[in-house]
Amino acid sequence: MEPIIRFENVHFSYPEGEREILCGINLEITEGSFVAVLGHNGSGKSTLFKHMNAILLPTSGKVWVRDMDTADEDKLLDIRRTVGMVFQNPDNQIVANVVEDDVAFAPENLGVPSEEIRQRVDAALKQVGMYEFRMHAPHLLSGGQKQRVAIAGVLAMQPKVLALDEPTAMLDPQGRKEVIDTVTRLCREKGMTVVLITHHMEECIGADRLVVMSNGSIVADGTPLEVFSQVELMEREGLDVPETTRVLHELGLPKTAMDPESCAAIIAGAKS
Amino acid sequence: MSDLRVEALTHVYSAGTPFEKTAIQDISLQIPSGQFVGLLGHTGSGKSTFIQHLNALLKPTSGKVLVDGEDINQDKKTRRAVKNKVGLVFQYPEYQLFEETVFADIAFGPKNMGLGKEEIEQRVREAAHFVGVEEELFQRSPLELSGGQKRRVAIAGVIAMRPGILILDEPTAGLDPAGCRQILDNICTYRRESGATVIIVSHNMDDAARLTERLIVFNHGTVAMDGSPEQVFSRPEELIKIGLSVPQATSLAMALREKGIPLQGSIYTHAQLMAALKEVGVC
Ligand SMILES: Nc1ncnc2c1ncn2[C@@H]1O[C@H](COP(=O)(O)OP(=O)(O)OP(=O)(O)O)[C@@H](O)[C@H]1O
Ligand SMILES: Nc1ncnc2c1ncn2[C@@H]1O[C@H](COP(=O)(O)OP(=O)(O)OP(=O)(O)O)[C@@H](O)[C@H]1O
Ligand SMILES: [Mg+2]
Ligand SMILES: [Mg+2]
Repeated sequence: MEPIIRFENVHFSYPEGEREILCGINLEITEGSFVAVLGHNGSGKSTLFKHMNAILLPTSGKVWVRDMDTADEDKLLDIRRTVGMVFQNPDNQIVANVVEDDVAFAPENLGVPSEEIRQRVDAALKQVGMYEFRMHAPHLLSGGQKQRVAIAGVLAMQPKVLALDEPTAMLDPQGRKEVIDTVTRLCREKGMTVVLITHHMEECIGADRLVVMSNGSIVADGTPLEVFSQVELMEREGLDVPETTRVLHELGLPKTAMDPESCAAIIAGAKS
Repeated sequence: MSDLRVEALTHVYSAGTPFEKTAIQDISLQIPSGQFVGLLGHTGSGKSTFIQHLNALLKPTSGKVLVDGEDINQDKKTRRAVKNKVGLVFQYPEYQLFEETVFADIAFGPKNMGLGKEEIEQRVREAAHFVGVEEELFQRSPLELSGGQKRRVAIAGVIAMRPGILILDEPTAGLDPAGCRQILDNICTYRRESGATVIIVSHNMDDAARLTERLIVFNHGTVAMDGSPEQVFSRPEELIKIGLSVPQATSLAMALREKGIPLQGSIYTHAQLMAALKEVGVC
């Protein structure tokens, strides 16, 4: 498959900052894949993220969305239509006074016909369990409810690339699982590309690929099993591994599984 | 240092409108001085509403909040005084960061308490160290920080006040794992050394299990469970039914038992799991 997003030796500094925040990023994201991005606080994940739909432009180097250069202003609308974003703080993305208008905002801007918007909005709100709140004021919702509304907004857009910056930070365990299951399904069944930034190691288990950032560079890149089995590297980076991996590691067993059942099977096998 | 009592607390939002919402209903509980409490509950269960009553940010629709036996809503003076006693870190750090620089933000609380310049500076340094914020960020605008850095600064601002009751609303959301561990460990140390009461709202079952001595579980605005982590996590089906889960170590222990490994005792932390595995000869 073709890469749908491509970073080509991207360097970036914020205008007033003297420090380089992205230090030569090369990254190709395959269309239809599920990529998770990990990294310590301040490692540059959100900065990288904002390069994917031209909110930020490289100081040097290039970012491509398909064959569109994100620095090409004529392509801005097409780029934003291709890559849908959920930002780290849902409060900053509330644009309307009623939940359903908020969710309808992006598809309206993309020129989706109004009957279809209605359908998409209802479906998206149901998908995140917020349909009964459709007439509420978004700023008067609980923390987790705001986050769900923000996710509904991008689902209603139906973009080719679903880019999510810590979308589950405020969700309860089941809400978190539902969101991860939903994006995984959209990826597997609808061929959507998913880029997920997270601090929750369990959320990465089902990804095709895990990218670890550290101080503006990529320091690990591979399947979740490959990356998580490097327990020392993860610890050095201030990160963690799933409990299953940790137990296998401490028992000196092969780290070839991450879900509790398979991990239990490995341990049971080693005992007998 | 300070004990807390809540009597028949109810809060109704937007009363008399079509969006009227009883966010918490008839909650009564007591938190003795020095206790470490975890507050769990599904999205929208009323956790943030509840804790905002504990420092008089929200006024009860009915019921009372007493700190050291005194009704905190009895008059303006007590409502104001309680803010220095009960430190609250908000769920979204953005609500708390409004000064020009990181330093000024952390200094805001101590300044309001009327402390001297030197004392303020020292407290800001200590608090920044507590949360792992480098001094090179002191002159930066809080708006120019990463999400996790903002969270750390917001926590530091409350720590700098050294409150007798420390309440944190999802303090680890957005923190990297090492940052989580560091800050939670420092909170434990702070509590031990100062005798402060600590209440943490969390969606992280592993942290809740590892740190707290009591868990209060909310469900639709009422208290569904109240007990030790051991008691609460021994009821996994109920927890799952109300939107929660069990710690990862507990899930793995359950899977191991199903595979016929006879692990003993209740297991909800990594250390317990490793000890139990050792006992049955897996190690
Ligand atoms: N607007 C800005 N101006 C100057 N520096 C900034 C700005 N935004 C972020 N930074 C700095 O850039 C670095 C990377 O920030 P970024 O938000 O990309 O990190 P992150 O990996 O997303 O972290 P987190 O996990 O905390 O969200 C940090 O050191 C941060 O302080
Ligand atoms: N200002 C408000 N006006 C009206 N309703 C509100 C307001 N704030 C919260 N609510 C509603 O009250 C209920 C409880 O909200 P609260 O913020 O206390 O939940 P929470 O347990 O903290 O949830 P979360 O885990 O998502 O942060 C929710 O249904 C929410 O929509
Ligand atoms: Mg970020
Ligand atoms: Mg809340």
